[in-house]
Amino acid sequence: MKHIIKSVAAFITGLVVLTGCNNSNQSNSKSGALASNVAEKVYVAPGEHDEFYAFISGGFSGQLSVYGLPSGRLFKVIPVFSQDAEKAWGYNEETKPMLETSHGFVPWDDAHHPDISQTAGEIDGRWVFINGNNTPRIAKVDLSTFETTEIIEIPNSAGNHSSSFVTENTEYVVAGTRFSVPIPQRDMPIKDYKGNFKGSLTFISVEPEHGHMDIKFQLIMPGFDYDLSHPGRGKSHGWFFFTTYNTEEASTLLEVNASQNDKDFIAAVNWKKIEEYVNNGGGTMMPANYAHNVYDESTHMATSTLKKEVLTVNPLEVPGAVFLLPTPKSPHGCDVDPTGEYIVGNGKLSANLTVHSFTKMLDAIEKEKFAGDAYGIPILNFEDVLAGSVEQPGLGPLHTEFDGKGNAYTTFFISSEVVKWKLGTWEVLDRQPCYYSVGHLMIPGGNSQKPWGKYVVAMNKITKDRYLPTGPEVTQSAQLYDISGEKMELLLDFPTIGEPHYAAGCPADLIKPRSKKLFPLEENNHPYATKSEADTKVVRDGNIVHVYMTMIRSHFSPDNIEGVKVGDKVYFHVTNLEQDYDVPHGVSMIGANTSELLIMPGQTETFLWEPKQEGVWPFYCTDFCSALHQEMQGYVRVSAANANTPLKWSLGEDIE
Amino acid sequence: MKTTLKLMTLLFAMLVISCGGKEEKKKEKFSYSKKTEPVEATTKKEDKTPASQRVDLTSKGVGPIKAIELTADIDQTMAAHGEEVFKKMCTACHRPNKKFIGPAPTGILERRSPEWIMNMILNPEEMVKNDPLAKELLIEFNGSPMANQNLTEEEARAVLEYFRTLK
Repeated sequence: MKHIIKSVAAFITGLVVLTGCNNSNQSNSKSGALASNVAEKVYVAPGEHDEFYAFISGGFSGQLSVYGLPSGRLFKVIPVFSQDAEKAWGYNEETKPMLETSHGFVPWDDAHHPDISQTAGEIDGRWVFINGNNTPRIAKVDLSTFETTEIIEIPNSAGNHSSSFVTENTEYVVAGTRFSVPIPQRDMPIKDYKGNFKGSLTFISVEPEHGHMDIKFQLIMPGFDYDLSHPGRGKSHGWFFFTTYNTEEASTLLEVNASQNDKDFIAAVNWKKIEEYVNNGGGTMMPANYAHNVYDESTHMATSTLKKEVLTVNPLEVPGAVFLLPTPKSPHGCDVDPTGEYIVGNGKLSANLTVHSFTKMLDAIEKEKFAGDAYGIPILNFEDVLAGSVEQPGLGPLHTEFDGKGNAYTTFFISSEVVKWKLGTWEVLDRQPCYYSVGHLMIPGGNSQKPWGKYVVAMNKITKDRYLPTGPEVTQSAQLYDISGEKMELLLDFPTIGEPHYAAGCPADLIKPRSKKLFPLEENNHPYATKSEADTKVVRDGNIVHVYMTMIRSHFSPDNIEGVKVGDKVYFHVTNLEQDYDVPHGVSMIGANTSELLIMPGQTETFLWEPKQEGVWPFYCTDFCSALHQEMQGYVRVSAANANTPLKWSLGEDIE
Repeated sequence: MKTTLKLMTLLFAMLVISCGGKEEKKKEKFSYSKKTEPVEATTKKEDKTPASQRVDLTSKGVGPIKAIELTADIDQTMAAHGEEVFKKMCTACHRPNKKFIGPAPTGILERRSPEWIMNMILNPEEMVKNDPLAKELLIEFNGSPMANQNLTEEEARAVLEYFRTLK
């Protein structure tokens, strides 16, 4: 008997060995991401690079995160709208002006929709634009340095949500208001909203060589909520499409009151026509107040300028430029397919997914088949512009992207899934669940004429049990699906920062070769740069003290400073003399009411220290730089306000 | 009964073997290469002269510079350019006449070949890893690494010419 048990046990062990031994070529019979072939699809071997960059909005963190696909590895969090002590963004003297607005210094925003610059309808990998939703702003991130180099505030806007999408040659980056407000702002009863509040759609021109942004014009539209937008492309290049909700113009309990109309609108804007009108002197210059902040890579410094006027355009003055396409039930995403023919209105309370035809729209406009007007803007007939609808594909459609092979992928928030369907036949081809409650999705190059239809990333709103719990607040979850085959396949969950609302991606090869490794010292035009140790000095001007300091592995020069007094304002202007890749140094001073500095090779940054007590106070390097990093330190002697300690600085006088 | 057990064991063994087959295949591809001759350790333990003062005019070091011809006379224009580059890029760690973070360059051409000097400037990471003298220098100078300041070859050559003027 015992033998039988033993032999059975041996056989079972044998089976276990067998099954455990080689399942690498097993097919999909094992479901989900546990199957090893799925793991291989997202495995990027140590030292290897990912195929795609994904720029995922940081939502309420205010930042932009950079991930690799398919691995889902986080490479960098680029500070944009929020102070970041790690990188001294908004803390050092150089970048504080980047967060200036007409409301003063605003250290935070809600970052929503990154979009990569395009040339001839294809992603060119030069810049990423992203909107600050709360205090309306558009930022530009330079993809050679992965740093925010420009932020422009949007006047007459509130809840800058239908932003920041670019036209197919990056002629414009567009910023539409979510909230309508009195334009210009004034003291008036809220209940008088209807007919009095307006919504602004802002077209910001982008200078082709350096990407310099400037508000070209603002279209002053009826007081709806403008939710999302996308540019026309290919045949529809020259148009821009905006979804609207609250066409009821309610100012309270929008949850109910903004869902009364059977249909809201997609506003189709012929921006080329308006551009022409404006170039010929059209539009009305209006007093305004908005900040334009520019970071100069040569001086390593930002400047903030308050602008005082903006050119506004009344749509009624440009006939044939704006039309309204009825679209069921509070559409959210407004997505244009790679050919530019189809405009998808993701009516979030609608059972069906509505797709408009650009050709039909032009035809209806030409034949002047209007159903009516809203404040003078012609409304087209729903049936005249409808290309088709995807019947009951799911609940709560939010956003659609395209694979460039004739398929569309739509997220459904309420039914928590990604649905693949076919353009033209409108049939549903596949559906995959999301964990949980998916918001937006991203296919690299999705918002262009040339998507790379290999992966889709779904950005989920609810995480629940997907990861180890971390108290009441849990990370937001993104999910990667392989869409190269007929059916979608879930490959990976990965955590994200803040609440990602949107993402943009492209092949790494578009960006990698242009990524800077350091800043050449020779090109450093910072007014307080110190380019050699011979030039280091400490200069007193009243109670302001400027320290011209350098750093290199592994010392500061000077590292002993005397003659600083209580009540002084001491500016440390620190230049990293290194000229090698990945050798930043950090510096921090005890008691300084600010963050550390993290200084890249060849760069100069400044922090302010206001010593409050006599004594001898240390500073040190905060970024591990070499075997002698721990030796990279120095002292400042602080004397009484009325002391006569002479100003002295030195480095290694006693070395011999 | 025993037979059953034997059968089971055999089956189990076969399963294990079938599993290991793949690994064996890999091994077949493995070939033994000729054993390299052990490098004779010639470093004399008793030689206590610090690396910075030792003279080795034959080693060219490790890096892009294989052969440099020095002119009989110092090219003063090039040397002046080299001095400028040295001031900008090197003085954070090197003083012309005295030991600082790193050694002083004065008299360096009496101790090192021109190629070694340029390779140390242009290729410090590999030098401190693979060149015996550079390795020792790293230790002698407190493990303070020679920073790669990304000089061009032309700039490094000019710095070398400047070093020739330092007596």
